[in-house]
Amino acid sequence: MIRLEKRPQPSRAWSLATPVVAVLATMVAGGMLFGILGKDPVEAIRTIFWEPLFGEFAFYYRPQLLVKGAPLVLIAIGLSLGFKAGIWNIGAEGQYIIGALVGAGIGLAFYPLEAWFVFPLMVIGGAFGGWLWAMIPAYLKTRFGTNEILVSLMLVYVAEQFLASMSLGLLRNPEGHGFPGSRNFNSYEGASSWINENAGMHWGVVAALIAVIFAYVLLNRHMVGYHIRLTGEAPRAARFAGVKPARLILFCLGTSGMLAGLAGLFEVSGPSGQVSIDFNVGYGFTAIIVAFLGRLHPVGILLAGGLMALTYIGGDIAQSNLQLPSAAIQVFQGMLLFFLLAFDLLTNFRISLGKPEVA
Amino acid sequence: MKLTKLMTSAAVAFGLATSALADDPTKVGFVYVGPVGDGGWTYEHDQGRKAVVEEFGDKVETVYVENVAEGPDAERVITQMALQGADLIFTTSFGYMDPTINVAAKFPNVRFEHATGYKQAENVATYSARFYEGRAVQGTIAGNMTKSNIVGYIGSYPIPEVIRGINSAYIHAKKVNPDVEFKIVWAFTWFDPAKEADAAKVLIEQGADVILQHTDSTAPQAAAQAAGNVITFGQASDMAEYGPLPRVSSIIDDWAPYYIARTQAVMDGTWTSGNTWDGIGAGMVGIGEISDAVPADVKEAALAMKAALADGSYHAFTGPINKQDGSAWLADGEVADDGTLAGMNFFVEGIEGDIPQ
Repeated sequence: MIRLEKRPQPSRAWSLATPVVAVLATMVAGGMLFGILGKDPVEAIRTIFWEPLFGEFAFYYRPQLLVKGAPLVLIAIGLSLGFKAGIWNIGAEGQYIIGALVGAGIGLAFYPLEAWFVFPLMVIGGAFGGWLWAMIPAYLKTRFGTNEILVSLMLVYVAEQFLASMSLGLLRNPEGHGFPGSRNFNSYEGASSWINENAGMHWGVVAALIAVIFAYVLLNRHMVGYHIRLTGEAPRAARFAGVKPARLILFCLGTSGMLAGLAGLFEVSGPSGQVSIDFNVGYGFTAIIVAFLGRLHPVGILLAGGLMALTYIGGDIAQSNLQLPSAAIQVFQGMLLFFLLAFDLLTNFRISLGKPEVA
Repeated sequence: MKLTKLMTSAAVAFGLATSALADDPTKVGFVYVGPVGDGGWTYEHDQGRKAVVEEFGDKVETVYVENVAEGPDAERVITQMALQGADLIFTTSFGYMDPTINVAAKFPNVRFEHATGYKQAENVATYSARFYEGRAVQGTIAGNMTKSNIVGYIGSYPIPEVIRGINSAYIHAKKVNPDVEFKIVWAFTWFDPAKEADAAKVLIEQGADVILQHTDSTAPQAAAQAAGNVITFGQASDMAEYGPLPRVSSIIDDWAPYYIARTQAVMDGTWTSGNTWDGIGAGMVGIGEISDAVPADVKEAALAMKAALADGSYHAFTGPINKQDGSAWLADGEVADDGTLAGMNFFVEGIEGDIPQ
C-alpha cells in the first residue's frame, strides 16, 4: 500500500530538486502529447529548448530571451516578497498596465522634447503608477480586512478598461488616422527604454537584474526580509517578534506593485513601443508561475524567468517549424506548473510503502 | 547595426537560395491573431492558406503561427518566419501593422502583406475587403426582420473598419425601417467567446431581436439561439451550423483568390507593393445563403442589394448622408471616397451613443 507520510521537516533536497524534476516530467509528458499529435517528440522538445539558444538563428533569439524574460523576472521578484509572507498579489497585470500608462503619459506630455530628464521622470511615474494601483488592495486589506487576492485581481479588469480608454482618448496618437494607440516611443529617442535593441538590452533588463540583487540582500541581510520570512513561516511567532502585519502588507504589496509598474513602463517605452488596447499580454499572470517555479528565491526566479521565456520563444518556433497548434504549447506550459505543484508534495511528504503503523 | 546586417545577409542568402533552386518550394508564412478553429476571422484566413496549398501543391510550402499577440510577440514571430526563409508573409490583423513594417525594413527581399492596415513599404502591401458592402445587405435584412425595432451590434474595437460596418448596416436598416434603432456594445476584443456571449446577452435583455457582430467567435450565435426569437448573421465565416435560425445569413471573407494570386506573383517575380480593397464584386466578400427563416420579399430585396453592389451600380455610402452631429457629409447622389472611408471615425446621423474616446 502506498501512503503519504508527513515529513517532520520539509526536505531541503526535494525543495531544490522539484523544479528540475518538474521540467523533466514536463518534457516527457509534453513529448508524449506532441507524439499523440503526430509530431516527432524529440524534435519538438529540441525545438523548444535548444533552437532558441543554440540553433541556427540563436543570434536573434538570445536577445529576445532578455526581452521576454525581463518583465517576468521583474514582476516575479516583487510578487515573491509578498508570497513569502502569505500576502497574495494576484493583480500584477493591472499594476503593470497602470505603471505603463502613467509613465507613458509623462513621456508623451513632453513629446517631442529631447532632454535628459524625460526618461527618468517616466521611470518614476511608472513605479508610482504601479505602487498606487497596488495600494488600493493594500489599504482596503489593512483598513477593512478585505481579501487582497480578489481586490487585486478585479482591479486588473478596471486597469484594462483604463488602458482602452487611454488608447482611444487622451494618449491617442494625433497623427494616427483615427486609429487607437499612442505615438510610438521607438521614434522618440529621449523617452525610449532601449539601450541596444539588437542585443535585446533595455533598462528593464538592467532593472530586473538589480531587483534580483536587491531582493537577495533584503531577504538575507535585512530586518524586513527576516520579518517577511518569519511571517510566512510562523505568523504567531512573527507577532511576538514585533512584526506589524499592516506595515508588512503595505510594504509587500507596494513593492510588488512598484516593480510591476516599472516592468510596464520599460515594456511600453521599448519592446512594445506604444500604448495600445492590447498592450498587456499576461506578463503579470505568468510571473506568478515564474515566482513559484523559482521557489520564491531571487536567483531561482531569475532562472525560472529565463526558462519561461524560452518556452514562449521556442514554442512559437515549434508552431511555425513543426506546425504544432498553439493550444498544445499552452498545455505544455501549463504542465510545468502542474508538475511543479505535484512534485512539491514531496517536499513536505514522503511516500512510504507498506502497512500504516498503528498510532 | 551589425546584427541588422547579419539578418539582412541571411535573408539575402535565402533569397538567392530560393531563386537559384527552381525546385525549391516558395515558402509562404501566415501570422494569425486567433486560433485557426475560431470559426470566424482566422478560420477564413486559414482556409485561404489551404487553398494556396491546394492550388500549388509541392511548389509551395506554407507555415503558420496562431494566437500571436499584437506587439513585440508578433514582431518576433514575423522575424522568425523571415529568418527561416519565407518568401511571402501574410500578417492578418490590424495590430500587426508596426511589427510588419519594422521586420520588413530588415528583410528587403521578403514580401509582406498586411491585412486591414494603412502603412505600406516597397516590400509591404496592404489588403482588405469592403466588408461594409456585406453590412449593407445585412442591414437590409435586419431592418426588415426586427420586430422590436432594436438591433444589437457587438463592436470589437472602435477603428474605422468597424465604424464603417456599423454605419453601413444602420443606413440600410433605416432605409427599409425608419423606426430602427441601434444599440452598440464595445467588446474590445477580436476573439473572446465569454465576453462576446455576455455582450450578446446584454443586448438581448435590452430588447434587441437582431444581433450583428464584428467579433470572431460563434458565441453570440449560441447566445441568440439560447434566447430564442433572435436572429444573427455569421461573421467572417458562414457559421452555417447556426442556421436556419438564429443565423439567417452571413458575411464571408474569401481570401483564397487573393492569396493564390499573390503567391503566384511571387513565383513569377511580378509581385509589387500596393493596396487592394475588394468587395462583393471581386468575390472577396461573400454573402452566405439567406435561410428560409427570411420571408421571400426580404430575401429578394437583399439579393437585389447584393447584385447592385457587385456590379457597381450602387455604392453603400451614397448621399444624402449627414454625420451624427447633423453636419452634412455626402450631398444627394454623392458617393464616399475611399480616403474618407479608410479613416472613418464618425457615426452617421441617427446612431445614438458615442464612439469610445
